[in-house]
Amino acid sequence: MTALLNAVAYDAWVLHALVWLPLVGMAWVLASSEEQAKHVAFRVSTALFVLSLGLWSAFEPGSAELQFASSTPWIDAWGIDYALGLDGLSLVLVLLTTFTMPLAILGSFRYIETKQKGFYALMLLLQTGVVGVFAASDLFLFYVFFELTLVPMYFIVGIWGGERRVYAAVKFFLYTAFGSLLMLVAILYLYVQTRGDLGYASFAFADLAQANLSLNEQLWLFSAFALAFAIKVPVFPLHTWLPDAHVQAPTPGSVVLAAVLLKMGTYGFVRFLLPFFPEAAQHPTVVTVMIVLGVIGIVYAAWVAAVQPDAKKLVAYTSVAHMGFVVVGVFALTVNGLQGAIMVMIAHGVSTGALFLLLGMLYERRHTREIADFGGLGRAAPWLATAFVITALASIGLPGTSGFPGEFLALLGLFETHPVLGVIAATGVIFAAYYMLPMVQRIFFNALDRDENREVEDLSGREIAVLAPLVAAMIVLGVFPNAVFERTEPTVRAVLERVEAAAPAPAVEIGMDTTDTDEEGGR
Amino acid sequence: MASAVVLLAQGGQEVVEGSAAHASFDPLLPGLIVLLPLIGFLVNGALALSHAKKSADAVRVGEEYDPHTGSGGGRDLTHTLPSWIGPGVMLGAFILVLANFARMFGADLHDPVVLEYWTWMATGTLEVSVSLQLDPLSMIMMLVITGVGFLIHVFSVGYMKDDVGYPRYFAYLNLFVFFMLVLVMGANLPLLFVGWEGVGLCSYLLIGFWFGDREKSDAGKKAFIVNRIGDFGFLIAMFLLFTVFGTLDFVAINAGAEASLVYGGAMVTAITLFMLLGASGKSAQIPLYVWLPDAMAGPTPVSALIHAATMVTAGVYLVARTSVLFALSPVGSVTVAGIGAATALFAATIALVQTDIKKVLAYSTVSQLGYMFLGVGVGAYAAGVFHLMTHAFFKALLFLGSGAVIHSMHHAYHATHSHEDAQDMRNMGGLRRYMPWTALFMWIATLAIAGIWPFAGFFSKDEIIWYAGASAVGPFAPLYTVFWVVALAAAMLTAFYMTRMMVMTFHGANRTGEEERGHLHEAPLTMTVPLSILAFLSIFGGWINVPEKIRTSFLGGGGALPMSEWLHDWLDPVVHAAVVVREEALVAAGALAGQEHHYGFLEHAPVGGGELTWALISTLLAAAVVAGTFILGARWAIRPAKESAPLAGVKKLLYDKWYVDEFYDAVVVKPILGTSRFLWRWIDRGIDFVVGGVGGVTKGVGWVGSLVQTGSVNVYAFVLTAGVLVILWFTRF
Repeated sequence: MTALLNAVAYDAWVLHALVWLPLVGMAWVLASSEEQAKHVAFRVSTALFVLSLGLWSAFEPGSAELQFASSTPWIDAWGIDYALGLDGLSLVLVLLTTFTMPLAILGSFRYIETKQKGFYALMLLLQTGVVGVFAASDLFLFYVFFELTLVPMYFIVGIWGGERRVYAAVKFFLYTAFGSLLMLVAILYLYVQTRGDLGYASFAFADLAQANLSLNEQLWLFSAFALAFAIKVPVFPLHTWLPDAHVQAPTPGSVVLAAVLLKMGTYGFVRFLLPFFPEAAQHPTVVTVMIVLGVIGIVYAAWVAAVQPDAKKLVAYTSVAHMGFVVVGVFALTVNGLQGAIMVMIAHGVSTGALFLLLGMLYERRHTREIADFGGLGRAAPWLATAFVITALASIGLPGTSGFPGEFLALLGLFETHPVLGVIAATGVIFAAYYMLPMVQRIFFNALDRDENREVEDLSGREIAVLAPLVAAMIVLGVFPNAVFERTEPTVRAVLERVEAAAPAPAVEIGMDTTDTDEEGGR
Repeated sequence: MASAVVLLAQGGQEVVEGSAAHASFDPLLPGLIVLLPLIGFLVNGALALSHAKKSADAVRVGEEYDPHTGSGGGRDLTHTLPSWIGPGVMLGAFILVLANFARMFGADLHDPVVLEYWTWMATGTLEVSVSLQLDPLSMIMMLVITGVGFLIHVFSVGYMKDDVGYPRYFAYLNLFVFFMLVLVMGANLPLLFVGWEGVGLCSYLLIGFWFGDREKSDAGKKAFIVNRIGDFGFLIAMFLLFTVFGTLDFVAINAGAEASLVYGGAMVTAITLFMLLGASGKSAQIPLYVWLPDAMAGPTPVSALIHAATMVTAGVYLVARTSVLFALSPVGSVTVAGIGAATALFAATIALVQTDIKKVLAYSTVSQLGYMFLGVGVGAYAAGVFHLMTHAFFKALLFLGSGAVIHSMHHAYHATHSHEDAQDMRNMGGLRRYMPWTALFMWIATLAIAGIWPFAGFFSKDEIIWYAGASAVGPFAPLYTVFWVVALAAAMLTAFYMTRMMVMTFHGANRTGEEERGHLHEAPLTMTVPLSILAFLSIFGGWINVPEKIRTSFLGGGGALPMSEWLHDWLDPVVHAAVVVREEALVAAGALAGQEHHYGFLEHAPVGGGELTWALISTLLAAAVVAGTFILGARWAIRPAKESAPLAGVKKLLYDKWYVDEFYDAVVVKPILGTSRFLWRWIDRGIDFVVGGVGGVTKGVGWVGSLVQTGSVNVYAFVLTAGVLVILWFTRF
């Protein structure tokens, strides 16, 4: 495999292709007929997934350096480069995106009935934006892609959404746009500062991270970036746009939103907040605030989720809880915490994406999302029920599924530095069962006592094709999570070393990991 | 030169030691032991899914698909293959376990054999691999799981063959065994946790096996959620252990415990108490026992396998596995013992008045698990595991026997289209005339659990009671004395409620009904043969671990048995360190000064009297209770359930289980639900309003909404990004 990849010189061009080919696909979709649009989009995104798979094999684990990297001056005068590259963190998120997109597209074949060309064109545009976000290594380029994702998502919710779609779309837009604008100001400040320090203009991540900032400046910039990302994640109490967006979004919109768009926020935490503003990021107040918000998110969202009558809204709130695990994992500032946070991002993408697909399938059959309208579907649609139960278990972190390693490590990492908050956060495992199992019971178990439910059809071949890869991913990631950890470890270490290097004297305790870095490195 | 020789010698020694350990015990395909039930799960699962399609098609047209009259008039393959695959993989696993057991004899078992398969999680600081551990303790558990498990699988063929969900049943059952083996063979805590939650999942699926019934799916859900409370404790215990040891491997933790933890320190006490929370969830101890009685909603063989013989003993296994930690924490240990003693007595009081045969057995199980906790809590780890093993024999037998009874009752009521309760003992009576073998086997198990010499339960339970009394030294001596008295009292209650159950079920006049009576019948061979084997084990299973003092007395046939305390010796490599830690601490504190003791356990009970005396007293008392109940029971005026008057007073309090469920509902469940609703309706919407710029978002939406009305959404949305792009485009050139 490696030899083959070497033969085709699997390097920078792959990233260019992954970023821009969706746009070519978009043009193809627009040029094709209304009936063919979905097939074209599916083919293009599948081909891109296959292309991206090679990255996994070609990627050298054990290095924090950017791989498949390239950089071309774009706007010389401002030092803006068209620069792409992957480290372990971006790699797994790019793959999560390319993996999810074809499944989201295939999963929308029946749901999306109108203006199909436009819909699938936007989905591919979205893919360009998201892959660009994760692959960019120039902050300006990142920002362009970050904003670019807003547009297609806005239209996907606003045009193909439910009854209150316009409200939800605009709420989504205003929340995120507000955050991004603050971030833009912060980016420009950071850029000007860096230009002064380095003597040349640059938006490259590596250069910006060297800016000489006072603690005060760091705190302000941190806050601006953090706000933008926290809205995206979303972190409690900035989460209220999410349930509305999810409920109103069409199935594929919810899938992409949950699986990858939220990850742009958590990605930002790890990529920018920690390395760019290391002093602010380990400031005790900042750390405490972020972790407390994360813990509140875990418990609060779980409790609110548990009493939702609308299944989709319930799952939307569980996203907030899951993202709480990411937040506490990141700001634990330990190897285990960060590794766990990254793993939760992936696991959540797979399991929550699958949950939204499954709820979409139920909606297509029954035209309702009210949990109380279902009951006993395990007998009418046993395959659907099986897929749902496995997904639900992965979502609540059953060991052996994708949900466990991340949650376990995020909590462990948190516990290492903040034991009391760690204990409170760990109650999330109880409340996960408290929100998920009653829903499963009320939809699939109990008496099959309604004729409409009796007539619910089981999974079609297409639906099996959508769900099987996701279910397989849940098991594989649960059994062999180390394939991810070994690729993300160098990034995690580099980030933490950066944080540690900026630690004010006397050194702040940031976990036992940093003391034996040298030994580990030599191993 | 000399130093080189020393180096060589040292290096050589290590190699010799390592290779010697390997040469002496070379495990035979240990991975396959775990893999076989997994394969069974996959095959049965595939059959279940393929059957489910057909079944669902029938449901849609309002019929019930009957797999027993498939194409050609015979049974569908989906309902014949599992009969072979389900028990088949279990037999294979059991034979492999036996082969490994045989290989262990004569080998140096001081160090466990650990086999690493792949790295599960290596984050950079934590390293967890998928590794199996074979040592005397895991071997005993594997023998019970695959041996008793195989018998229960065979029994299930007879019991479940007419069920529509037959292949699904065996899929879950095989999956359960897979996870249970992972639980006992896992070489580190996270892997044990995989098994721990995995068996919980299977328990959930099997309790709610007939998920169309609201009551049963509720019971499954309850089991899962209550267990998660315990699992939370387990997680915290793991986190604490990681902060101390930097690893979660059993070998490293056990080896480093004494050096890394202060005896009686806050850390080790916290670790053990959180672990106890986990253990009390899985093993149905106070305060988390409430799920187990409800779990009887599952098919009866499931109750035998999961909720009596194997899964519920996982907590006992966990304490034995990490015995050094518990020995280092006197507070942790006394809490384990106290929880055990309290549970043993409390559950027994509820069992006194239950009328559902399975409920009696459920509370009996909770009570017996309490004994096991008492055993491992007082530091008699081998005694706890011993009772775990004998309990697996006689309680599995009791559950399967009750299954045979229910099966027969169900057929009788089914034949006459009656809707009476087939599990209510008030509807039974005199069944020995229709099911003589089942009655005989269940009597054997009853005598065993009641602690009647020379049945298996006598030796194991008596040993726990004895050690509870013998451990009454040191700072908690009065407490241990209380536990000892409680354990003796609970044993008498056990003898009573078990005899009561037998009398109500098998003796006196039959109360099933005139018409129904003709349909009562003995169970088929697939069910009675496993019962007979378990009956054999319930008689003789205790003989492997007869204390030396009893073996040489008349209760041991004057030394006729070839070995004494075999299980103690067998488990010694695993629990030795813990026993020594406890003994040394007592010696250091001067608690044993001037007292005769054996490994820190006194040679006399708190009120005097030696091991033999008390063994004799307790079995005579138990025998008196059994005989008295049997004689008095003949005069009880029992009416069929529908003609019975409701209970009152203390009986009602006990029948309604001390209203603990109602208490939890009022104090935990309702407040959480109420708070959840409050958070959603008030807090979340309040946040929405405030964070959205005090309604600014809503206003914004209104404004943009007006743009939508005029069809100019596109313009607005593109402003931001497109604007930036356009600016860039112009500055570029």
